[in-house]
Amino acid sequence: MKQDALSVHNPRLALGPVPYYWSRDDLKAFYARAAGWPVEIVYLGETVCSKRRSFSTGDWLETAQALQDSGKEVVLSTLALIEAESELKSLRRLCANGRFSVEANDLGAVRLLIDAGVPFVTGPTLNIYNLGTLRVLARSGLRRWVLPVELSRATLAEMQAARPEGVQTEVLAYGRLPLALSARCFTARSRNLPKDDCQYCCLDYPEGRLVATQEDAPFVVLNGIQTLSATTCNLLPHLDELRALRVDVLRIIPQANQTERVLGAFAACLAGTTDPESAAEPLAGLAPQGFADGYWRGEAGIASV
Amino acid sequence: MELVCPAGNLPSLKAAVENGADAVYMGLRDDTNARHFPGLNFDEKRARQGIEYARAHGAHVFMAINTFPQPAGWKRWQRAVDSAAHLGVDALILADIGVMDYAARRWPELPLHLSVQASCTNYESLRFYHELFGIRRAVVPRVLSLAQVQHIVEHSQVAIEVFGFGSLCVMVEGRCLLSSYAAGKSPNTYGACSPAEAVTWEETPAGLESRLGGLLTDRYGPGEDAGYPTICKGRYRVGESTYYAIEEPTSLNTLDLLPELIASGVAAVKIEGRQRSPAYVGQVARIWRQAIDACRARPQGFRVREDWSRELAKVSEGAQTTLGAYHRPWQ
Repeated sequence: MKQDALSVHNPRLALGPVPYYWSRDDLKAFYARAAGWPVEIVYLGETVCSKRRSFSTGDWLETAQALQDSGKEVVLSTLALIEAESELKSLRRLCANGRFSVEANDLGAVRLLIDAGVPFVTGPTLNIYNLGTLRVLARSGLRRWVLPVELSRATLAEMQAARPEGVQTEVLAYGRLPLALSARCFTARSRNLPKDDCQYCCLDYPEGRLVATQEDAPFVVLNGIQTLSATTCNLLPHLDELRALRVDVLRIIPQANQTERVLGAFAACLAGTTDPESAAEPLAGLAPQGFADGYWRGEAGIASV
Repeated sequence: MELVCPAGNLPSLKAAVENGADAVYMGLRDDTNARHFPGLNFDEKRARQGIEYARAHGAHVFMAINTFPQPAGWKRWQRAVDSAAHLGVDALILADIGVMDYAARRWPELPLHLSVQASCTNYESLRFYHELFGIRRAVVPRVLSLAQVQHIVEHSQVAIEVFGFGSLCVMVEGRCLLSSYAAGKSPNTYGACSPAEAVTWEETPAGLESRLGGLLTDRYGPGEDAGYPTICKGRYRVGESTYYAIEEPTSLNTLDLLPELIASGVAAVKIEGRQRSPAYVGQVARIWRQAIDACRARPQGFRVREDWSRELAKVSEGAQTTLGAYHRPWQ
């Protein structure tokens, strides 16, 4: 996007992949609505657990096509933890799809995308903590990277000052933060079920299962083999900084309800029809465990101003 | 199969070598390694002494530089790589792609191992590091099952090292931010999980409370043993229940699987615990040396000796051991 020196740099909005296990009907309805939302980029795919099969790879590709037809830039997201050969098999199919670009959430995916000779995006679980790493991946075909969630604006500023040409930067600006991955399914464990007979119990928790301390302070959310922050990261109050750092894309993580309102608030602030302070109030009710922005400010992730 | 033992300081290094370690791994005294604990690790003088000692006794020395530098700290990681090369270590254990790129260009003759912190759980990811940086060996995360480890060995040109004994990370190493979420510092950024300076203990009417960065991790009743408050090993509330929602304080012990590990071509087994005492290192090294030798001599008739299990259980966290994910039937 060409802009003159006086105009404000405006990031584009992206809808991240749905982290939770939703039913087929819910996924279909969500993406049917997303076609009309004020968001330019949509990431699609199962990133957490290969046992979640509300959508087949074919369903994802069909949804991708529909969203592309409605004017969205579509990126297919890969699983973040790849262990089994069956998972590699699906990964190969995704990386060789030939139509849509791919967000690699594991270096195995990066390797396959290099083989295929296609440019790629990297998700927040790829550890790009410095310019040396960014340059190696840029030489390999990286076109956009997502800042790992534990890194601060100070680190981002240094990365932006010398980022390789042609590489765009995306920041997770709103949503629960992906904090950890395991071989263990914590949701199944919370129901006293073994992982190999989990009875797909994640379906019962469309926004994950809350873990609180013994004094009832919200801590994390169990989402199958993934652990998410209980608080919602919200960088809307820092929009001016994100602009000044010339961040190209702001990622909004889907939630079970009201994702559209979140996108609307960001879009309105970007368009200048409202300001982050006025937009904050209606958002407050959408984060059941409150907001946090500690990582962005170089503090503990759970911290908020 | 090579036995790789932890060396948090010179006495531990000697204890490991004396008790049969084929190799030891160490770190420098800063945040360039994943055991950045007060009073631990090596300055250059001690490292030189340790390397001389190991060499004289036929053991190899690996240097772990396995955290993820940010631009502000980049030069420190570069210096760490350079010092390790000047010291003449046998291999570097690295996690960060940028650091690997630097090491491979600047010191092309120095063998590189992929740290467990690089979160490599499949052979395609391994191929990425092998083709770009020529890594010789990879330590795989403790989330893989034995069958998955075997599958990687079969499909990879890189030698595979697995964890055999010690504290257990239930999360994929290098991809866990729980510690920085609660306390601002993580293994990736700082080289320590749940760092001691963020821990507080307080006697309260409700019991002894442990906190990390102010977050209540556990509450102990009278007579209950209080372990180190690692963030994932606390008792939390889920629904109506209060329990170890993420992980019990147990240790990994894979001695039972030794014949399978050797048969499947795993190149090395690693003992966790650079933060532990020289007595621990010596004890664990001695038992694993005996077990590996016994298993090599008679793989068919290998049995874990009772005295081995008893001694290992004594030095385990939570005094309980588990096979971890290695015995996972699923997938």
